[in-house]
Amino acid sequence: MTSLVFFYLASVIILGGGLTVILSSNIIYAALGLMASLIGVAGIFILSFAPFLALVQILIYGGAIVIVIIFALMLTKLEDFRTLSDHKHWPIALIASLVTLGTIIAAAFYTPTNLVSRRGVDFDKIAHELFSQWAIPFEVASLVLLIALMGGVIMVRKTNSRDDK
Amino acid sequence: MTWEAIGWYVIGAFGLFIFLSITVMFLTWIERKFLARIQQRMGPMRVGPHGTLQPIADVIKLITKEDILPSWTDKPIYWLAPLAIFIPAIAIWVTIPFSETLVLQNLDLGLLYIAAISVLSVLGLVMAGWGSANKYSMLGGLRAVGQLISYEIPFIMAILGVAILSQSLSLIDIVNDQSAIANIIVQPLGFLIFLAAGLAELGRTPFDIHHAESEVVGGPFVEYSGAHWAIIQLAEYVNTFAIAALIAILFLGGWSWPSMPFTGITNDFLSLVWFLIKIYAVILLIFWIRGTFPRLRIDQLMSFGWKVLVPVSFINIVFTAIIRFYNLHWSILTVISLISIGIIFYLIYKTPQKSRKKDSIRIISAKDAVNNPPKNYGDINVR
Repeated sequence: MTSLVFFYLASVIILGGGLTVILSSNIIYAALGLMASLIGVAGIFILSFAPFLALVQILIYGGAIVIVIIFALMLTKLEDFRTLSDHKHWPIALIASLVTLGTIIAAAFYTPTNLVSRRGVDFDKIAHELFSQWAIPFEVASLVLLIALMGGVIMVRKTNSRDDK
Repeated sequence: MTWEAIGWYVIGAFGLFIFLSITVMFLTWIERKFLARIQQRMGPMRVGPHGTLQPIADVIKLITKEDILPSWTDKPIYWLAPLAIFIPAIAIWVTIPFSETLVLQNLDLGLLYIAAISVLSVLGLVMAGWGSANKYSMLGGLRAVGQLISYEIPFIMAILGVAILSQSLSLIDIVNDQSAIANIIVQPLGFLIFLAAGLAELGRTPFDIHHAESEVVGGPFVEYSGAHWAIIQLAEYVNTFAIAALIAILFLGGWSWPSMPFTGITNDFLSLVWFLIKIYAVILLIFWIRGTFPRLRIDQLMSFGWKVLVPVSFINIVFTAIIRFYNLHWSILTVISLISIGIIFYLIYKTPQKSRKKDSIRIISAKDAVNNPPKNYGDINVR
């Protein structure tokens, strides 16, 4: 019963944050709405017995990604983003998002849910799986991050090459 | 979970909140007295004997003060920012134990929880900086993001080094694991990294770049006054207390090192007192650093974070993992740590010499100036 209350609370936070992202004309509000939405997802993870995923969600999405997005926004001029929604390709975006929504709803309705009591997985089991069976995808993901990092360094270098002297 | 259990958690959280508020009030008094001693002053003396009632007077002053709202502010963000700073500061304390039983909820993932929640306080600083609609606040907010995101990496890496040693992320397990030997002896390098990164996370001198009074006049909090400013200040001292407690737990052995020859209630009470003594020793160390170190420049801060602390924290983890994997004796790690500290201090001492030469003013004697006048007159005045 209590978990149901918390589930609805988390859902309200997620949906409210998501609506803020879409409807707000102020881009900083949109970024904060995204933050709220992602933290709400962490709440859903806790309710589905995945505290490790919840904490990683807060650490990576809440602590790093959204903060960096806000950091980037603060370095731009707010006037450039007065109107966020008058792009001329909006029908394509509408169709794409409706198709995605339809897929998600269909998946939610046609996936059989088996009503057994659910248990969480210990985080040391996750670690064992991650570094034995899924070791190669894990390392490949880290390579992607490394390449992105190097790309960032190279881009910064090009513009500031006169400072190197 | 039943509603009754939730009720007990609420009561526990409320008790914790009261305890932290009172602690913080007296931390401000300790800090003022301690800084005054360093600067050969008396500090607060008027209210109560030796100014002991000064914090209460301060609280009454702050609560009754007018809460000024500048007209250009982004109001929702401006009002929410102190909460966004305050909630993570309090939420960390859910899993910080005072003794084996005196803890709100010991989490198996305690260290990860602390790392994840403490990152969120950056958001409050950014919101305060943005919402105030003030150039200095904005600059302070940007500086805060740059600084806190950079120092988050060595902070988490130093925590990870301890987790590798203890094979656990639960704070109580980590303390019990240190009953024979404290981590500061095994990992002096990790301790220094954690202390530096922790000071930077707190935004305390020498890393108080984001609210440097002489540069950005107070950073994100310039426009705040009255009760909102009090909440921000409360959060900062709660964070200081939390970092001191974490240092005591992770590196100084918490309540269990050195183990005491008592049993039962006496043991529980004395270990709590022992733990608090350790926390306050670390806090006095932090205040001492504040009183005696100059502030770093922002470029020095960033290069210290990325070029010194991040690589060194990786070195720390690699050596810790090697020692742990091959089950070598802990003293080898101590030796390696001490050697790395020596090398780092040597390198830090060695490198700035180049830039110092570049930045310094060339002193020319009058005779030289007449015989070979400097080609670049720049800002040198030659008569």
